[in-house]
Amino acid sequence: MKKSKVFWGYAVIALVIYAVVQLLITTEVIDLYYKNMLITMCINIMLAVSLHIVIGVTGQFSIGHAGFLAVGAYVSAIITTKLMLPFPLAILLGAAAAAVAGLIVGIPTLRLKGDYLAIATLGFAEIIRIIFLNTDYVGGAAGMQVKYLSNWTYAFFGVVLTILVISNFTNSRHGRACISIREDEIAADAMGINTTYYKVVAFAIGSFFAGLAGAIFAHNFYIIQPTTFGFLKSFDILIYVVLGGLGSLSGSVIAAIFLTVVSTYLANFPETRMIIYSLVLIIVMLYRPTGLMGTKEITQLFKFGKKGGTK
Amino acid sequence: MEWIQQLVNGISLGSIYALIALGYTMVYGIIKLINFAHGDVFMIGSFIGFYAIAKWELGFFPALLLAMLVCAIFGVLIERIAYKRLRNATRIAALITAIGVSLLIEYTTIFFRGAQPAAYPEVFKNKSLDIFGVQISSTSILILSVAVVLMILLQFIVHKTKIGKAMRAVSHDADAARLMGINVDNTISATFAIGSALAGAAGVIFGVYYTKIDPLMGVIPGVKAFIAAVLGGIGIIPGAMVGGMLLGVVESLVSALGFSLWRDAAAFVILILILIFRPSGIFGKNAREKV
Repeated sequence: MKKSKVFWGYAVIALVIYAVVQLLITTEVIDLYYKNMLITMCINIMLAVSLHIVIGVTGQFSIGHAGFLAVGAYVSAIITTKLMLPFPLAILLGAAAAAVAGLIVGIPTLRLKGDYLAIATLGFAEIIRIIFLNTDYVGGAAGMQVKYLSNWTYAFFGVVLTILVISNFTNSRHGRACISIREDEIAADAMGINTTYYKVVAFAIGSFFAGLAGAIFAHNFYIIQPTTFGFLKSFDILIYVVLGGLGSLSGSVIAAIFLTVVSTYLANFPETRMIIYSLVLIIVMLYRPTGLMGTKEITQLFKFGKKGGTK
Repeated sequence: MEWIQQLVNGISLGSIYALIALGYTMVYGIIKLINFAHGDVFMIGSFIGFYAIAKWELGFFPALLLAMLVCAIFGVLIERIAYKRLRNATRIAALITAIGVSLLIEYTTIFFRGAQPAAYPEVFKNKSLDIFGVQISSTSILILSVAVVLMILLQFIVHKTKIGKAMRAVSHDADAARLMGINVDNTISATFAIGSALAGAAGVIFGVYYTKIDPLMGVIPGVKAFIAAVLGGIGIIPGAMVGGMLLGVVESLVSALGFSLWRDAAAFVILILILIFRPSGIFGKNAREKV
């Protein structure tokens, strides 16, 4: 009873936000600059949440998320520009391709732990990038022309879908299995949880939504290039999750919103932006290693009843 | 004959990787941290060498020594400021801090001097030596000999001196070493100093060999040196040397076969294969996981 009430509450809030922003965009109160910032913000939220399920929920340290973003971006771009198929189909297929890539990468590498896993995912992301770099069909190093198809509707409902699926996953039986892997993998194994299976599932879901974000990302600019999807993009996504709190979905959303605004204003000073980012990363890790929110959700701060909103 | 030439190129490149990999492997052996900032120490060493040769008109060897000295101090500073507080933190926290330090060094350098590359001055007349019909440039012989001398020196320090003994003890068991009266903090700092000095030397010879340096040059060699360290068995000093050489040779062969654009991918493929099939590396022993 209570759960469904809370759900409909959130659904109404989401629709109101969507309608208000859409109205402001159509009446041109929000100009192109801010509209672009909002779409970028949505993409970053999707990326942050999709990495959150891998690092925050399952505790598997992946720093190759940009690779899946690249798969989603390129596959969807091929579908719209080369095969001339509609954009929603491209989003779906881009995300599915990224999920398949996640499975291919995840099955061998998720047997590794900690530092080794981090390096292996980094390596796979680089391999994906180099493959696109050397494929003439997608334009190689020069990049690929893409149609401008993304808009606020796609971006916003992408975010809603991502958050809905991932928060429901986290609160399900499977999500609890993933959390137990994060807390203690050996103990989880001993309790009969198939740790490899859950790690791969979480990784594939994370990749799926990274691919979804990639599809919208690709169609938000007129061109995509392999250099966009290098180490730095992966670290950008990592910063959202780390700053927000390892294990807090709302934390990573807030961090993504905040850092998108900051980096939009610092867009003309890329060095300053990176210096601030890296200092934030170091200082947060030295003084608050669990991130700003820890594993708490923002809804727990306003106490609805005993245990808080979404629990 | 061209194959032998490629082999020599590979060994020269590999000796640079090996010098960087030594720092990674020593630091990992002692505090179990992948020091992502190590590639950037390499970059700083390269720039110190560049300014020393181009602006202050020092010779190659004084510049090399200066770069090693500055990098050693720099490495200790990084360790004292950023990593020391994280000794008891989780591995993920330490790794993220290392990534942060790496980005901070790169972009602070870009902030102060810009991202444009610099051309290394020519310090030696590059003569080609003809050995049994194989053309070998004098620069690659120089690189190789500097690297070999430094590696012998490192072996001497690690196995014959007191600080080397302390380093081995701490990497074996830090708590037991502390009980035996070894100053663990100083030993860790010394490890960082030696590793960073080697990276600095690698930076200078990289500059001399490739003649082009820029503030982001440390990223790819840094990652590849890490791959070399994993390949040889992380934490094992001879492993890093062999791993570096092997990686350099493989990369040269991939280029020689006409796949030079796939060179970077080859290194990552090696990494993934070794992590999946033999995660302890060529020289490593299998460690059992304990609760």
